[in-house]
Amino acid sequence: MSEFTLSFLWYLVIGVCVIFYVALDGFDLGVGIMHFFTKKDEERRIFLNAIGPVWDGNEVWLVIVGGALFAGFPDVYATLFSGFYNLCMILLAALIFRAVAIEFRSKRRTKRWRFTWDAIFSIASLIIAFGIGLAIGNLMDGIPLNENKDFVGTFQIFFRPYPILIGLFTVSLLMMHGSIYLAMKTEGRLHDRLRVWAKRCIYVFIGFFVVTTICTWVMTPNMVERFKTESWYLLVPIAALLIILNVPRMFVRNKDGWAFLSSCFCIALLFCVFGIGTFPNLVRSSLDPEQNSLTFINTASSALTLKVLLIIVAIGVPLVLAYGTMIYRIFRGKVKIGSTSY
Amino acid sequence: MDVVVLSRIQFALTSGFHYLYPPLSIGLGLMLCVFEGIYLKTKNPLFKDITKFWTKIFALTFALGVATGLVQLFGFGTNWARYSRFVGDVFGSALGAEGVFAFFLEAGFLGLMLFGWEKVSAKIHYVSTICVAAGAHFSAVWIVVANSWMQTPAGYKITGEGLQSKAVVTDFWAMIFNPSSLDRLCHVILGCWLAGIFLILSVTAYYYLKNRHMAFARPTMKISLWAAVIVLVLQLISADVTARGVAFNQPSKLAAMEGIYQTKKAAPLTLVGWVDTENQTVKGIKIPALLSFLIYRDFETPVTGFDQIPVDERPPIQVVFQAYHIMIAMWGLMALVTLIALILWKKKKLAKSKWALWWLIISVIFPQIANQTGWMTAEVGRQPWIVYGLLRTEHGVSPTINATQVGMSITMFIIIYVLLFFLFLFLLDRKIKHGPVEEVEHELIYRDIFDGKKKKRAKAIKGGK
Repeated sequence: MSEFTLSFLWYLVIGVCVIFYVALDGFDLGVGIMHFFTKKDEERRIFLNAIGPVWDGNEVWLVIVGGALFAGFPDVYATLFSGFYNLCMILLAALIFRAVAIEFRSKRRTKRWRFTWDAIFSIASLIIAFGIGLAIGNLMDGIPLNENKDFVGTFQIFFRPYPILIGLFTVSLLMMHGSIYLAMKTEGRLHDRLRVWAKRCIYVFIGFFVVTTICTWVMTPNMVERFKTESWYLLVPIAALLIILNVPRMFVRNKDGWAFLSSCFCIALLFCVFGIGTFPNLVRSSLDPEQNSLTFINTASSALTLKVLLIIVAIGVPLVLAYGTMIYRIFRGKVKIGSTSY
Repeated sequence: MDVVVLSRIQFALTSGFHYLYPPLSIGLGLMLCVFEGIYLKTKNPLFKDITKFWTKIFALTFALGVATGLVQLFGFGTNWARYSRFVGDVFGSALGAEGVFAFFLEAGFLGLMLFGWEKVSAKIHYVSTICVAAGAHFSAVWIVVANSWMQTPAGYKITGEGLQSKAVVTDFWAMIFNPSSLDRLCHVILGCWLAGIFLILSVTAYYYLKNRHMAFARPTMKISLWAAVIVLVLQLISADVTARGVAFNQPSKLAAMEGIYQTKKAAPLTLVGWVDTENQTVKGIKIPALLSFLIYRDFETPVTGFDQIPVDERPPIQVVFQAYHIMIAMWGLMALVTLIALILWKKKKLAKSKWALWWLIISVIFPQIANQTGWMTAEVGRQPWIVYGLLRTEHGVSPTINATQVGMSITMFIIIYVLLFFLFLFLLDRKIKHGPVEEVEHELIYRDIFDGKKKKRAKAIKGGK
């Protein structure tokens, strides 16, 4: 295989990993944001136990994305993480506190203890969801990179209107995703209430989707260029739109599982739209998009390393998916609180 | 202070703190396999309780390991961007393997191990425990391989010039099995096992002291003491192999570890001492010619000293020397405590010897100190290189960050980590005080696993309240 093919394959692998991360950790971040929608301790425990056995594994996808970038596109890893230094530190703090909050919340019964960890869990989830969206928004819009592939900008530069919009869009997407997941995992009166919340979340998300689409069309011409020149690519956003509309359609018919699956596919298709819009860039330079942008071609590792990586993935990922599916199957169905629960 | 110093402080701090937990996970993982294996073989519910109790402690250490481990993944890119560009191609495959094979195995099956007791059969549960433990061990494999490549680079070529230069893999297996990989891997894993075993010993000794959960504590103490003996002996062998490897591969590091300024025949071994950097000598208790013998198996062969190494390529000798000697002293303490406890246990006097139990309780920190100082020896001993002989540490730092940013993030990490550490101790303490949940009365016969005889235990005391 040529070097181009190898690096393109690795680009696809990373894309798939990002989709898996957002689709999987997405719902538990969504659950985190929804955490304060209920006041009862019993119900919050159900929320936590709905994600209890799986959130750890879901978060590993983020480690994989980071590792895969380091491995296949070291320049992208180096530029992004050192350029987004402050943002990375905030995300790290949020990720640590969130993980710790899940573990520690159930260890004591006092109200104050539980409220503190509930607040940390919920706010951290919100920050992570927004932060991921903000980072993606910046990648779409471009960040100032010089000819040494280094970031030359300030922290404030990340908070432009367009990235902030993408951040909010992501929060609404994950809230929809999380609330459908919760509806799927609960029963009784809590389930009925969750259905109401989930419906609201779906409508808010569709609202954000319309606004974001219009803004992208107007504000980031580089994202829509390819769709204009090769218009058959438009099939992907159209498919995304259809699958988004399928979410409420399935949900009102009480098919929670199908609604959740549609929501997953919606995330996947939105990332395809992102990929088509930014191709072949991984990090777009706003200073000189032609020369300074980091693409999957000019940052790729050597052919040998990419080959080894692809072999590892070819062996490892089927295993990961097999036992991942097994674990989700074992813990399927409605949440029951038992002796080993959070 | 400049960005390089601050970034080094941050990395030392975050990795040092991170490294409190993975050794516990790895060591406890091993012991969980042992305990649950005994449960499966004997069907004695006591061992199910033992396993369950330690699974909970494992979950706690694992959660902290993951949370602090994420920082490590970010840390290379945020502060060491230039280094990341340089080693990316080499580290790539090792890190990829770590992610796919180790993390998923561990995190994926952890849920099943913790929450799956009633959902799956005992055998499937045991498989999941083994997978979790194997995952913990695999993660050590890949990260130690990557680190060993930084100590003894192999199987690569350098492409590009100046800022664009980077190491590119030419031979994958030569890179993986670089000269120090296997030695160091064994050394690290054994260190981790000790961390786990001594945590178990410490908690069990506490129950002995309080005369609580004795049915639970007795078999745990016995198994862990023997495990400690075996691992301590193995570690001694591994230490010898590793140190000789360092002497051949990184003479500057060995010179700093042993405090050798002048290259001369029959080099003495310093047991304890202080490096007088002004006069370039080491004051302390020395055994003549022993160092030459330990390294070359010959009393005469000279050992390379600092005089053979250019001034700007020498690591800071005092830090490396002391860290290395503290590590060895910790092994001595562990061996001593284990020996005393074993003798007392054989004479059936352990439960009454309060002082010995107190020593066992304290001994939990010995392997931790040994692990920390061991890594200090390895990493500070490699200075001034970040990749030995190829890239100097000051050239590895990110060009885009400034001292204020790093200062702020260090402050953030200190606050978070202090908080985390106290929470960890608090929760660990609660779990220990709460003790194992005994679901069944243990007034039953259980097979003594070491001499294979069936012994009737008089009346196992039911623990707890």
